[in-house]
Amino acid sequence: MANKEVGSKRSVGWMGLQRGHHAHPLEWIVEKGIFAVSLSAIVMIFLIFLFVAREALPIFFGQLNSAKVQKVMSVAEMEKLGPAELQAYLGLTPEQYASMDTETKRLLMEVKLEEFKESSQDKDATLNTTSWRNMILPHQWSGYSKPEYIWQPVSEIQKYNIIPLLIGSLKATLVALLFAVPLALGAAIYVSQLANARAREWLKPTIELLAGIPSVVLGFFALIVMASVLQSVFGYQSRLNAFVAGIALGLAIIPVVFSIAEDALTSVPRSYTQAALALGSSKWQAAWKIVLPAAIPGVFAAVVLGFGRAIGETMVVLMASGNASIVSWNIFDSTRTMTATIAAEMAEAVVGGHHYRILFMLGALLFVVTFVSNLVGDLVIHRLKHKLEGKR
Amino acid sequence: MKADSQRSFQTGRFDYGSFFFTGVTGLATYLILATLAVILINVLVNGWSGLSLHFITAGTENGMFNVDKAGVLPMIIGTSARVLLMTIFVIPVGVTTAIYLTEYAHSSSIFTRIIRGAVNNLAGVPSIVFGLFGVGFFINFIGHRVMDPMLHPNNPELIVWGKPAIIWASLTLAVMTLPVVIVATEESLKAIPQGLREASLALGATKLQTIIKIVLPQALPGIMTGGILAVSRAAGEVAPILFTGAAYYMASLPHSLTDQFMDLGYHIYVLSTQSSNVDKTAPILYATVVVLLLLTFTLNLVAIFVRAQMRKKLRALN
Repeated sequence: MANKEVGSKRSVGWMGLQRGHHAHPLEWIVEKGIFAVSLSAIVMIFLIFLFVAREALPIFFGQLNSAKVQKVMSVAEMEKLGPAELQAYLGLTPEQYASMDTETKRLLMEVKLEEFKESSQDKDATLNTTSWRNMILPHQWSGYSKPEYIWQPVSEIQKYNIIPLLIGSLKATLVALLFAVPLALGAAIYVSQLANARAREWLKPTIELLAGIPSVVLGFFALIVMASVLQSVFGYQSRLNAFVAGIALGLAIIPVVFSIAEDALTSVPRSYTQAALALGSSKWQAAWKIVLPAAIPGVFAAVVLGFGRAIGETMVVLMASGNASIVSWNIFDSTRTMTATIAAEMAEAVVGGHHYRILFMLGALLFVVTFVSNLVGDLVIHRLKHKLEGKR
Repeated sequence: MKADSQRSFQTGRFDYGSFFFTGVTGLATYLILATLAVILINVLVNGWSGLSLHFITAGTENGMFNVDKAGVLPMIIGTSARVLLMTIFVIPVGVTTAIYLTEYAHSSSIFTRIIRGAVNNLAGVPSIVFGLFGVGFFINFIGHRVMDPMLHPNNPELIVWGKPAIIWASLTLAVMTLPVVIVATEESLKAIPQGLREASLALGATKLQTIIKIVLPQALPGIMTGGILAVSRAAGEVAPILFTGAAYYMASLPHSLTDQFMDLGYHIYVLSTQSSNVDKTAPILYATVVVLLLLTFTLNLVAIFVRAQMRKKLRALN
């Protein structure tokens, strides 16, 4: 081993050939090609954000107006408007506008005025439900006794308050973390520190086999089997809720949390444990008081990455959470998450419409949240490895 | 051995702390394994009886929820087709990226770290966001804005590419599984002894020749492992294909890149949520789950086996 290292230092060096001479101009082209392709991951991350956010841009900048009835004016005002303004007001294409005579336009103005008079009974009809105010703050809708957060994209007045969905996602994710982190962490400590070498050999890949179960199968299992079992044990009202979804989500993230935590614990140098054992501590004391504190950033990273995975998981929550968009912190209430909302409603949303754009906005939000948690988790792991290796 | 490890060195008495700590962490480990076992056994016991030659070879022309006549052949074909198409896209790109990262890039440069960061981050993007990306980029932009006007400019009403199709689903999945292929290939490239490269260079080969003729053939099992893992991951994914190509029902199999397809995972979703009588249709639901699990688990096991063989061989080389 030592020999090899000396050898590689003396040799020309693989990396040293980077700017070395090329036998053929074709090779130069191919190598530049390899470099260009290697940027694919960066390009893809960029494109994903660009194209998901692009569809949601009008929402971000408040350019959309979903109000059923917008500003109206009397027929007499027609003369004051320029042709372009009139065309926009009547919602016509340039060709349609050009083919109409003044009389038809006047009639259209009257129709528009009548429409307004008929629908103005409902004060919500003039409301732009896609404005930030109405997406985040509660609003007293007509027929309700107090201001409420409501997500109801398929109704006469589409209501797009995203708070119920945010709470739903957080609730399911929290249950998943509370269930998965202790189990996965315990298993990581056991497998990396306490189990003997032979047990470790089969325990690690077997636990990671859990990651091989597709999330739609976990969702199916939660929906068909777990929901009934848990309901009969805990005796709550609605069969599908954040609790069932959270437990199933937990199963989905256990392999992630386990792998990262186990990796961090294993990367703590053996000399730490050996020193502790030599000073008279037992195996578990070394694991609990020496190895775990040394690897604690890795454990933190495991939890952060588990969070990112849980909040972005779709099929499990779509099938097992009940999908009722109500604002409640009770984990035994039926819940609708952001991911499940996108999955369930995308098919019926009109391309380019308000609903469609708001679903993309939820997607962009998810992307940002998971991007940040991935970045934090990655940085922490990188730092930890650096520190434990004690090099550079 | 076990009893020894739970005796304190200092007092020689039984160490309750050790007993408790080992017990709790061991319990967590075996609880996870038990859950895994319960899921697999439950699915296998309930689904095995539903598996028959008829089930594997029939479609759903006689009704989606027809317990006696429905089968999964169109879904098996649809899922296989979309993952095969995916590998065609993802393997060349993933392998090339891995070659750059291990053979050309300086491992400490900031640029390499950015690429690695992007790869790790791509692996953590939620699958539903990939689905939205597929709609926003592949279907609406590439298909609808670029390809449709370009391929038939005289007929603006005709939509061939700007709608959900098997090619868009495959491309979306290819983007999603890119990190899997990159990481697996990188691992196998790193495991190849440096001496092999140096020997080739010493004989006068150029760097590119060395990579193509010496390094890549050695890394082939690793590349295969990456491909298999990507396929097994993609085969079970439903969220990215929900709006990029999967169909609830298709009367015929997909026969062109722009057709939609039926999918095993999506079929499980449909059977478990759209059935009017879940208890009655449970046999075909369970059987479909068994088929999907057999597919993904077999692929996983093959990947593990190939990887183990590769390590053994490389250990011998080193």
